[in-house]
Amino acid sequence: MESLIWLVPGLPLFGAAILLLGGKRTNAWGHLLGCLAALGSFALAAGLFFTMLGKHGAARSMHQHLYSWVPVPGTGQNPFQADVAFQLDQLSVVFILLITGVGSLIHIYSIGYMSHDPERRKFFSYLNLFLAAMLILVLADNYLLLYVGWEGVGLASYLLIGFWQAKPSAAAAAKKAFVVNRVGDVGLSIAIMLMFVTFGSFNFGTVFGTAGGASKGTLTAIGIMLLLAACGKSAQFPLQSWLGDAMEGPTPVSALIHAATMVTAGVYLIVRSHAIFDLSPTARLLVTIVGAITLLFGAIVGCAKDDIKKSLAGSTMSQIGYMILAAGLGPIGYAFAIMHLVTHGFFKAGLFLGAGSVMHGMNDEVNMRHYGALRKYMPITFGTFFLGYLAIIGCPPFSGFYSKDKIIEAAFSKGGTSGWILGGAALLGALITAFYMTRMVIMTFFGEKRWVPDAEGHEPHPHESPLSMGLPMLLLAVGSVAAGFLFSMNSAFVNWLEPVTGPREEGKLPGGLNSTTLSIITLAAVAVGVAIAILKYGTRKVPAVAPRGSFITVAARKDLYGDAFNEAALMRPGQYLTRTLVYTDNRGVDGAINGLAALVGGTSGRLRRLQTGFVRSYALSMFGGAAALVAAILFAKL
Amino acid sequence: MNPDNYLFLSALLFTIGAFGVLIRRNAIVVFMCVELMLNAVNLTLVTFSRMHGDLTGQVIAFFTMVVAAAEVVVGLAIIVSVFRTRRSASVDDANLLKY
Repeated sequence: MESLIWLVPGLPLFGAAILLLGGKRTNAWGHLLGCLAALGSFALAAGLFFTMLGKHGAARSMHQHLYSWVPVPGTGQNPFQADVAFQLDQLSVVFILLITGVGSLIHIYSIGYMSHDPERRKFFSYLNLFLAAMLILVLADNYLLLYVGWEGVGLASYLLIGFWQAKPSAAAAAKKAFVVNRVGDVGLSIAIMLMFVTFGSFNFGTVFGTAGGASKGTLTAIGIMLLLAACGKSAQFPLQSWLGDAMEGPTPVSALIHAATMVTAGVYLIVRSHAIFDLSPTARLLVTIVGAITLLFGAIVGCAKDDIKKSLAGSTMSQIGYMILAAGLGPIGYAFAIMHLVTHGFFKAGLFLGAGSVMHGMNDEVNMRHYGALRKYMPITFGTFFLGYLAIIGCPPFSGFYSKDKIIEAAFSKGGTSGWILGGAALLGALITAFYMTRMVIMTFFGEKRWVPDAEGHEPHPHESPLSMGLPMLLLAVGSVAAGFLFSMNSAFVNWLEPVTGPREEGKLPGGLNSTTLSIITLAAVAVGVAIAILKYGTRKVPAVAPRGSFITVAARKDLYGDAFNEAALMRPGQYLTRTLVYTDNRGVDGAINGLAALVGGTSGRLRRLQTGFVRSYALSMFGGAAALVAAILFAKL
Repeated sequence: MNPDNYLFLSALLFTIGAFGVLIRRNAIVVFMCVELMLNAVNLTLVTFSRMHGDLTGQVIAFFTMVVAAAEVVVGLAIIVSVFRTRRSASVDDANLLKY
């Protein structure tokens, strides 16, 4: 089984290659090939997982060396070696199961969702390309190969956000995502360079094994650069601005890339590099701060958006904030970060697919104010969406309860003032999450019809989506219900990850709290959030046009001025700089050269007039010159 | 006879020639004035040769004559051909070669 690891990313890569190179000839069966590649990859991943289950402890980690990529033989005492080699350990296997599992479901869903799109084959080739890149990212055994996957998912994300590139907003969103991601990628490349300088290697084993020998400053610098990379890819503050716009892509893309998998790559990077973060408390504190800010930021944005997908995007940002916060808490949080990542992968993908199904039935309307009363018309969508909703707000015994509750507990047990602040932020986040998700469910599925005809005047006729779309939603709903419970049984998930993330420290809750009271407090906060939303949206009529709202609502609608800040602080100064440079070039440099040329030209143009054509005037000037010469000689002699 | 007088004469002839070149329009007359200036210079050369008792000046005068003879041939041919095409020997009319 070990020798088949390469096929896990290999199958989708072949799929993408065949579909991209085959062109229109593969139109008829392209979507089926794409699904088969994803399913085959999932089957392999499952097989590898069961092989792993059959072994024990350290023997579970598998390794496959494919070929030597950049061999630099023995220069001095540091022969440098970068390999294309895969490492499958307890952490990677969780990821490949999530990626290929959710990925396969979303491939199947896309058959139905994209059935009317003439470019469906291209869509599947990009989806396969994404799967391959993401699998390389999580399977790589060194940072350089991880970087290949990291850039690959960025490319796939760009291609898929801009899939409907004829729409200017989609093209702009794709470019924005690409550029903002680039800022994070700079962080990752600097981190890799620092590792090369410090450790002389990119291999996970070497870097983590010798990390203890490096200076504190270097480790903090590497940690901060890795955090920057994670911020870019996972849409964390301050690089969060691209995720909302990324919803311009087709909904399956939002579900797979911008909710379940790619945006969680930052969490993977931090947990994978835990050996570095464990040695640098400064970097770890920064990680928790970024996580706490983002989880509130995303939640507040999610409350104000009327676009169902943008509201879910804010929610994604906020949930990843929880994961980053947990990852920053260190050994008490790593396992819960990954656990929340997996449960979130299930319920958020399910919620996005539900949103896609609603849009599919409502003529691609995204404004929740134009929904309402859909539960009677789309029972399957409503049912699965509602289960996902219960999971995300953390209602027991659904999966979000187990993972989120543990993160809140871990944040409080960090201890000290920072523990109270982080825990409080996480608790407040849970309240806001309950509020915006309840608002979304009420506005979409309850209340009265507020349907409006679309731009071409078609009245919406909501209907249940085809089976290819319903089945993935049902399976994801099963995951949203059961995953958390299964993972927490006998701390199965935590024990599973222990060989990778190190032994889990038991935190101590401060101020007379214990696990049960904290759970009750969290549930109370959730109940308050739900109650406020029901009071605000369930008992009153939802206006079809958004009211002006308080200044917080106005700010949240504009993504808390994230874009405005970027424009004012980065874009406009950049524009001024280029404009000044262009002006200097045109007027200064070009002006000097052109001025000189004009001076010479003008002077010669005037001097030319002396050439009159009259021989006698030439003769006179010659005599004059000769006379002047003679006079000068005589004057000099005398 | 005082050789200075020859020098005065040649200066006079040169001045007449120069003025002729500057103020006359007829190409033939201008040409003759140029010849007058050349011969004035020849006279100066011969006079100095005599004054210094050195034959170099007289040799140069011969050279001048040879060059002047060749120049007359070329110059007259040009003037005749200009007259043929333009029906005029005025130097002011031949002003096409200008800015």
